[in-house]
Amino acid sequence: MKPRGWLLGISLGNLVFLYGPIAILVAFSFNASRLSATWGGATLQWYRELLSDQALLVAVQNSLLVATVSTAMAAILGVAAAIGLESPPPRAQRIIEGAMLMPLIVPEVMLGVALMLFFVTIKWPLSLVTVTIGHAAFNVPVVMVIVRARLRKLDPHLLEAASDLGATPWQAFRRVTLPLLAPAIVGSVLLAFTISLDDFIVTFFTGGPGSTTLPLKVYSMIKSGVSPEINALSAVLVVVSMALVAVAAMLQRQPK
Amino acid sequence: MLLPLLLVLAMSFASRGLYGGVQWAFSLTNYTMLFDSLYLWIYGRSLLLAVATTAMCLLIGYPLAYFIARAPTRWQGVWLLLVIIPFWTNFLVRTYAWMFLLRTEGLLNTMLLNVGVIRTPVDILYTDWAVLIGLVYGYLPFMVLPLYAAIERLNRSVVEAAWDLYANGWSVFWRVVFPLTKPGVIAGCLLVFIPSVGAYITPDLLGGAKTMMVGNLIQHEYLVIRDWPFGSAISFVLMALVVLGVLAYIKRGGIFEDVKERR
Repeated sequence: MKPRGWLLGISLGNLVFLYGPIAILVAFSFNASRLSATWGGATLQWYRELLSDQALLVAVQNSLLVATVSTAMAAILGVAAAIGLESPPPRAQRIIEGAMLMPLIVPEVMLGVALMLFFVTIKWPLSLVTVTIGHAAFNVPVVMVIVRARLRKLDPHLLEAASDLGATPWQAFRRVTLPLLAPAIVGSVLLAFTISLDDFIVTFFTGGPGSTTLPLKVYSMIKSGVSPEINALSAVLVVVSMALVAVAAMLQRQPK
Repeated sequence: MLLPLLLVLAMSFASRGLYGGVQWAFSLTNYTMLFDSLYLWIYGRSLLLAVATTAMCLLIGYPLAYFIARAPTRWQGVWLLLVIIPFWTNFLVRTYAWMFLLRTEGLLNTMLLNVGVIRTPVDILYTDWAVLIGLVYGYLPFMVLPLYAAIERLNRSVVEAAWDLYANGWSVFWRVVFPLTKPGVIAGCLLVFIPSVGAYITPDLLGGAKTMMVGNLIQHEYLVIRDWPFGSAISFVLMALVVLGVLAYIKRGGIFEDVKERR
């Protein structure tokens, strides 16, 4: 079957479906009218209001902090898990891997609830710290899966050669394994960072007073009112995430 | 990470204390309460919405995936990127975009009124339809990517052979192409169904208070009613269903590849 006109039609329709709502939202973020469907001329007023919103700036800071720390934790634990998983027998490997992947498989609400219960039970007050640990919990498997995929493709003879040449296991890891894994680690870290920045549900459950992150702030803005400020914020977020995707795509292209 | 999940299981057998605390006494009350008609209605709606979402994604995702897989190679990357980009945009923002469109005084109604298709504004926001649209919108990439991978791998000469044997378009599709890409179909359906059935944000924002799904019920039990043990029982059943589904799929081979593709 050759690609036909109607296939192209449906595909273009899909693109309109995917991009239409976002494009309209961005367009209306410049709308001077407060009413959502009437065009009252172009303005930058809502963007100015965004910049002067103190609570919003705090939320952005919180988000960046949580994403940075949780991604660092996930990177260390995820790489360690990927390497550690190589030693048990294959059957055990599959079971452990399955268990480690649970956070990616269970519904997110469930994950949030489980983490909240855990923190409450061990009497750890919910705060930015618990949010960070929560984010690390779902990012460890993300890092692990990606790094493990790369690890399995490595040539085991390289490590043997290193130890034949007198390298200690640590040296072999530092100077052979780690550099070879670097592309996978960088890729997974970028991914984990973005997932953490975007996360709403786990933050919602594991956060306490004073731990408002950007998505939580967006949520409360959506819930509370009709101020076009939210349109402007959405537009900013759309542009930022698209820029991030572009950067990631370029980074991935380079090593080849 | 397993520890918190086990805690949920343990708590689902406890009972609610007088002031919303937890009393650690073994009981099955929470599980019998699950069958209350009020809750059954909510599971029913969740399942129905998740199935409808999966079906819709398959229906519009398959032609798209087929088109991409058959496009010239240099265009494939561009199309795939175009499908993935919205997925990287904040989920809340994407959901909000639909709230903005579907509102009673929103753009869609205004346009339809002006063109004269309808006389009075239709209420779409805060109905099951809005939730369905939001879910399809949110999870379409999960369907397209595994489908694309499956169709791309499809051996073209088999399809050509079918044509040579004078099969018509329909039977080529139903008897050759579709069966051969079934792994992709199953993977895509699973990847759409799982997050749909446990969705929280979409029904919360687009469905309002009237259309609860299991995800909202769990949140409600925990944070509003503060009946943690009952909330745990619901979560556990939901999780068990999802995990059983995934296990059944692993038996047929390779969920891990798909999880990789998903993230």
